[in-house]
Amino acid sequence: MRSLQLEAVVGAAAILFSANSAALAHGWAGQRFFPATILTDDPFVADEISLPQVTVTPPGPDGAQSTGVQIDLSKRITPDTGVIIGDQWQRLQPSGLPAVTGFGPLRTEAQYQLFINGPHEALGLLGLNVIWAHTGRVQALGAPDFTTLAPTFNFGKGLGDLPRSLPYLRPIAVTGNLGFGFPTKTESAGVPNPTTFNYGFAFEYSFSYLECCVKDIGLRAPFSQLIPLVEVAFTTPINRIPASHTIGTIQPGVIWAGQYFQIGAEAIFPANRFTGHGYGGVFQLHFYLDDLFPRSIGRPISEWW
Amino acid sequence: MRRFMVALIAGGAATSAALAAQAHAFLDHASPAVGSSVSTAPPVVTLWFTQDLEPAFSDVTVTNDGGQRVDLGNAPIPPGSPAQLQIGLKPLPRGTYTVSWHVVSVDTHPTEGTFTFDVGSG
Repeated sequence: MRSLQLEAVVGAAAILFSANSAALAHGWAGQRFFPATILTDDPFVADEISLPQVTVTPPGPDGAQSTGVQIDLSKRITPDTGVIIGDQWQRLQPSGLPAVTGFGPLRTEAQYQLFINGPHEALGLLGLNVIWAHTGRVQALGAPDFTTLAPTFNFGKGLGDLPRSLPYLRPIAVTGNLGFGFPTKTESAGVPNPTTFNYGFAFEYSFSYLECCVKDIGLRAPFSQLIPLVEVAFTTPINRIPASHTIGTIQPGVIWAGQYFQIGAEAIFPANRFTGHGYGGVFQLHFYLDDLFPRSIGRPISEWW
Repeated sequence: MRRFMVALIAGGAATSAALAAQAHAFLDHASPAVGSSVSTAPPVVTLWFTQDLEPAFSDVTVTNDGGQRVDLGNAPIPPGSPAQLQIGLKPLPRGTYTVSWHVVSVDTHPTEGTFTFDVGSG
């Protein structure tokens, strides 16, 4: 039971940055293609679905380990606004106790595309994540019994506008998210629910950008469609528990981006002892609805009629 | 759990396979090659894309270091090659040239890009 309580302590914060992986952008800024990253929030409204994302977390500080199967749907309402809805089925294996299963909390996000700057390959998006109370298995899995509101700013920047004297740096892109999580209850079962600062970054190297826009080094499909990347995401409490109890993960991996879908896989390493130890992994199959259904559901709802 | 996973993945794959839609057009390769150096001036620039293009909304231009167009502005999509753009060039002196393309795939997705090639240094 101790492991379940610990799960609840970090639950809200951890869910916040795992929820950010629900952002399913498949976007462009000028000639830069930004894939949907697995961990960090993407800076695009989009029409996409993760079906599925499978995550095996590293063992937590108390040895508890979970496996999750997650589905996330991202849908544009207008060309500049969108929503995301997602949920996760989870199997939690506490150390020395029987495993428990069930659904995590329902997660939604409302999004507004703040800007897209093609020449500078830059993007900005405002979002409001909501993790809904009592929509997951609270007692057994540590799903929250409170709602969390998490405003966020997501950004992306490609380095394609670097001088041509630095050709091999131009395929690099960085995306990231900065936000806060505000719980609607200050504590649950005697455990404090902190307000949190959430931040994450993805550092990408696009072989397709190298081939199309910098230098043809002879890579062809499928290798030219690979995007090696490293993602990091952290959640820092800013009240009720010490800020030193920051949790986070570092996730190196690769995404293969095709015409209609992408496949991503990353290793998961805890960033510190509050997050856990050992390693885990995540796999994602992710479909571009705007490419699969360009004349129907892949369009913004405002363009359906 | 295993059945659930298999069903999810199979469902997703079937959805993808069942749809013969088009998608964003990526530049597959070009001649002269992206970022290349060629010893003699090419008479045309040819771009190969991953999807068929809408002729009315697809274009390519070639400019010199001074930003002046050096292409002939003709026949961007060769007959029978709906995934290609091709444009004739004026005789090019030594220098660096920028190819700028903007295309719309047949399902209306727009993409764009630029790259350079050098003449006389290959």
